Order: sequence, then structure tokens, then C-alpha cells
Amino acid sequence: MRLWEVLKERKGRIAAKWFEQVVATYPEETAKFLKSKRDPFSNPVGNTIKEGIEGIINSLLDKGEEVNTFLDRIIRIRAVQDFTPSEAVSFVFQLKDVVREELADMSDESWLTEEISLFDRRVDELALKAFDIFMGCRERLYEIKVDEMRNWTFRLLERANLLEEFERKKKNL
Amino acid sequence: MAKAAKPPKPEEITKSLDYKKTPETHWMDTPVEFRPGMYCYGTRPKYLEEVGMPNPREWSSADEDWKLPENWKEIVLEGIADRLNKHRSFRLFMDICVRCGACADKCHFYIGTGDPKNMPVLRAELLRSVYRKYFTTGGKLLGRVAGARELTMDVFKELWYYAYQCTECRRCSVFCPYGIDTAEITIMVREIINLLGCNTDWIMGPVANCYRKGNHLGLEPHTIQSNIEMMCDDIEEITGIRIEPTFNRKGAEILFITPSGDLFGVPGVYTCMGYLMLFHELGLDYTWSTYASEGGNFGFFTSLEMAKRLYYKVYAEAERLGVKWILGGECGHMWRLWHQYLATFWKPPDNLEDPVSPITGTKFEHANSSKIVHVVEFTADLIRHGKIKLDPSRNDHLKVTFHDSCNTSRGMGFFEEPRYVIKSVCNHFYEMPENTIREKTFCCGSGSGLNSSEDMELRMRGGLPRANAVRYVHERYGVNMLANICAIDRAALPTLMQYWVPGVEVCGVHELVGNALVMTGEQKRTMDLRMEPLPGVEEEEEGEEEE
Repeated sequence: MRLWEVLKERKGRIAAKWFEQVVATYPEETAKFLKSKRDPFSNPVGNTIKEGIEGIINSLLDKGEEVNTFLDRIIRIRAVQDFTPSEAVSFVFQLKDVVREELADMSDESWLTEEISLFDRRVDELALKAFDIFMGCRERLYEIKVDEMRNWTFRLLERANLLEEFERKKKNL
Repeated sequence: MAKAAKPPKPEEITKSLDYKKTPETHWMDTPVEFRPGMYCYGTRPKYLEEVGMPNPREWSSADEDWKLPENWKEIVLEGIADRLNKHRSFRLFMDICVRCGACADKCHFYIGTGDPKNMPVLRAELLRSVYRKYFTTGGKLLGRVAGARELTMDVFKELWYYAYQCTECRRCSVFCPYGIDTAEITIMVREIINLLGCNTDWIMGPVANCYRKGNHLGLEPHTIQSNIEMMCDDIEEITGIRIEPTFNRKGAEILFITPSGDLFGVPGVYTCMGYLMLFHELGLDYTWSTYASEGGNFGFFTSLEMAKRLYYKVYAEAERLGVKWILGGECGHMWRLWHQYLATFWKPPDNLEDPVSPITGTKFEHANSSKIVHVVEFTADLIRHGKIKLDPSRNDHLKVTFHDSCNTSRGMGFFEEPRYVIKSVCNHFYEMPENTIREKTFCCGSGSGLNSSEDMELRMRGGLPRANAVRYVHERYGVNMLANICAIDRAALPTLMQYWVPGVEVCGVHELVGNALVMTGEQKRTMDLRMEPLPGVEEEEEGEEEE
């Protein structure tokens, strides 16, 4: 597909613009920090978003299998930050804006009009995956709350012979 | 063929959604929004009543009305004034910040939440602005221009919200050119909050329990004893050796105190089994106490006075039992308090002597003032002198990294001992990146009484920088065990790992010691302290049968 070739050529710029847009969903001061610190351990959020975005674009264009891994890394963070569910996954749709902006110089070409809808469909699939991951993260949070309560009182439960019961119920869930 | 219709642009579809929500107003004018998952519940009145603290009433931190006394403002301002007079450091920290921003991006909460009010400089500024308004001439005259603001109910709530979004870990102070200790500012804010009875339930419950029964969980003596005996049952199954520890025994040489989390929770109990095995193997003349049954101190997260009250039992019990010195289990804030505060709270009783290891003869001179030694330095000394036999291959199924707890590392420079012990009992040890360990360690995100379950999102955000470094060694070296020497870490890090780095478990250093310790007369080990089969052993046995 012609569009894919164009996107591959321009993927560096697309990734940079997309990163800017995702980072802009954070407060201004924080956005500056997320963009400026390169060390992945001093700035895990900024670096995870950056690497995640590059990974998503690469797997989108090369049909890589790891797209879930990259999506997961970004969403796992946003799932515990100050975002509503729609806000947490909204960054996926921003890719459509970014790509259109990047291809503005060829917007009158007829092949683009046709091919872009295929691209949009890929982004929509990505958004659905993002939603699954988001839900998975939220469910995980509730599960670990339960696990934590059990761990704190492990010996008490064990003494009351409640632990086996607990494990059995957990397995059956 | 008709030309395909242009699909609508995404911004046309999502026109009604605005995802850029940075407040338009100045931070001083933006009241705090209480977000579920980001704060702990307010304390129940009964806990306040039990320890005689002010303003017991039913309330919730999410309520509009916090049911404060009419003169609440006066109480807060007097509280600030008292502390400014009492602590020179506090007054200094209120005055000297030049807002250089060196601390801003060093806080794990800011890194994880992205909320500018979690920058240590701005978190401190929440109080400094009030300080300026009421305690400095410039602030009184010039108000906002001088960075001053009125104390209002919204401001008080904001102070509350962010005082419980700081774990007092002191990472920011490492980077502050003036050495401003933001933890101390948080400590002061929390003290002031407690003048109005606004502690969290998660902190106040343990405080009340500890005051009445000697430990955070409110365990009674027989429960403590039977739980330790249960661990001895497990040890017997694993090693074939029956351990008979003593309780409240007068005339023992050493009193051993550990956080009560080691008595009940996993993985704390495995750490505790490690202590029991080690002391038995050494033939150590020591005793447990069911009265001084808590090494931790949630009073420290309430006020210095409360910390002092709850720790009265430590020296009192040492005196009653007539021991020579005290050995402390693996804990973080307990250690900071014992090492830096305890001997200023209470004078050590006369029967306590300067600690000397009965096994190696080593004098722990740095502990001469408090008379208390941390179990990790005690064990490191044993290993250094070759006093215990170890088989590190029993930990070969583990690839271990070490999380420096904030209080033992930044609080007292405790870096080498735990690493030395781990390297002696494990064959596979990998460090996390340099800027995430030792004095620059990242907090677990749940310290200082934030390890509740209702603030889980806050904890996950705050623990992100730590988890991120663990993920690095997990992916790069296959690390599957995160060792530490802190009971709050043992309670909080498993949860953090489950969310961020599944596949990594958490243990105390003495669990690893217990695994590797070759005990006199023990049976062949087929299980680790978690009673999980030791890899390799079953295959070996099957192989033998075949032969």
C-alpha cells in the first residue's frame, strides 16, 4: 500500500508529533518534564510513552505482534493516573490527527482518501485493544487489593482454616 | 466510480471531549479535588478517644464539612507557631528555599502522578504560603506578591491531601542544595493536622492498637506466641529441627524486637522464620517479648509525642527483663527512629550495655547511644567472621535484586551490609540502575502510613519509578526476587510488583539467609522457607531411584 510506504518514510516525525500530543494531556509543567528528561529511570512516564509510541507505530506498519506490549505499557500508567477511561485511551485516536496533519501536503490525492480509511480501521482496532488493556489493568487493581488483604492476615486465615477455602474460590473464579 | 466520501476528521467526532484539562487558575486559587484512590479514609473517633487525641467525631475526608472546632484556624496557626519555636530546622526550611527546582522531578509521587503539587518544592510551598502570611512581615504587608495566602478551609484540606501524598522518604533532600528536608515539613504538617483530629484511619488504628496492646495489629500475647510456634512447626517440617524460642524471659542477654508484620503477613513470616533459624543455630541467648511486640511505630506518622509514647515499651521491657542489649528485626522507619530518635525520647535503662556480639566479639560502637543493633549488621558480622555455614546454591532458583529502603539508606547510610549478606547467601545478585539505589533509592510509594488499600492508585503511581527499575533488571537479567529490609516494603512491594512487574516476588533478606543456612543436624532440604520444592532436588531424588 502506498500510504504505508509514506508513513514508514515519515514515521520519525509522526512519532514525535504524537508524543507531543500525548504529553500535552498532562499539566504544562509536567509536560515540560516528561519531554526533557531522557533518563528512563528518572522519567519513567515520559520514556514509556515515547518508547511505547514508537513501538506501536512500528508494529502497526510492520504488522508486528508486540503492539499489545507497547499499548500495555502506556495504558498501565494512564489507568492509575487522573484520567477517565475515555481519556486514558484517547491517545490512540490522536494518531489519526497526527497522520492527517503529516500528510496534509498530499490530501488531494485520491489514493490517500481510499487508503486512509484502511489506516483509520487499524487505529480503531488499536483503540479496541487499548480498551481491553485498560479494563484488564483496572480489574488487576481490584484483584491485588483482595490479595493484599489476604497476605496481611495470612497466618490468621491459616489458623482459622480459611486459606484453603480462599484458594479454592479464587481458582474457581 | 464515484469518489469516496471523505470520512469525518477525528476532531469533528470528538469535538465535545476536551482532554487537555490543566487548570486555568493559579495554583493558589485551584482548590484540591478529592479523587477516590488517592487518599485514605478519615479516622474513626474511637481511635482518637483511646489515646486522648482532640476532636473525635464521625467524619470523612471526602465530606464538605470536616466538623472542626470553631477556632480551628487559631489552633492551626498556634500549632505552626509552636513548631517554629521548637524546631529551628523547621523555621529554616520555611525561610530558605530559593525555588531552584532541583527537587521538583526527584519525588516519586511527582514522577508518577504528574501533579505539580507533588513537586516537593510546591508541596512545601502549600505550607510556606500560609507561614508567610501569618509569620513574616513581607507576607503580612504584601500578601500574594510575597507568595503569601490566607489560611482557609480549602487550604487546610489541600495541606491534608498532599501531606498524605508524601512518604517522608527524603529523596528530594538528597538533591536540595540547601539540604531542606521536605520529610520534616510533612511531619510538621501532619502534626498540625492531628491537632484537629484529622489523622487517617489507617494510621490511627495501628496507633490505638499499639498503645493498648503493644503492636499495630492489636495481637494479644497468646496469639503472638502461638503464631511464632506455628512458624516453628513449619521450620521443623523443612529442616527436621524443632526450635523452642522463649518469650518474656528475664535474664536473657538480648531482647529481640521486630515489626509485627513479620508475625502475620506474607512474605514477612518467611523473614521471621529466617531469624528463628539463625538464632537457634547460633545458640543465641535471646528472648521475644509479647509486651514490646512491635518494632514499627505509626505514632511517628502522627506526631513526635505519639512516637515517643508508643516506644516507651522498648526500653521499659529491656529494663524489666534485664537484658544487655536489643536486637532489631528488618524494618525501615523503626530503624530510623531507634537510631536517631529513641535515645532522645527516653534514656536507655542502666542495665543496657554497649552492644557486643556474643558470637564474634564485635563491638557495635555506632550503637552505643541507643544500645540497639539491626539484625542485618549482626548477620553480616557473623558471615564476615565465618561463624555460620551457608549453602548459597539453595537460592539458585532466585535471581535477586535489592531495594534500599528509604529509612535505612538515606536515614542512616545502611548500604553495604544487606548487599554483603545477600551476596553471601545467593549466587545470583543484580543491582538496579545506579540512580535508583542506595541514597538515590526510590520509595516503595507506600511508606509513612500510606500502605492502605483505599489509596491504591496513589500507591501504584508513587511506586512506579521503583517498579520501573525492577522491570529493567527483570527483563535484562531475569530477576525474580526483590529483597529488602523493611516490613512496609514486604507488605507493599508484592502488590506493586503484581501490577507493574508480574513474575517478581518479594522477600526479606533473612528469608534468603534461612534458605542458605546449613543447620547442625538438619535433614536434607527439599523445600525452601515458603515450603515450595527446591528446584533440582526432586529430579535428583528421582535420578537416585532410577539408579
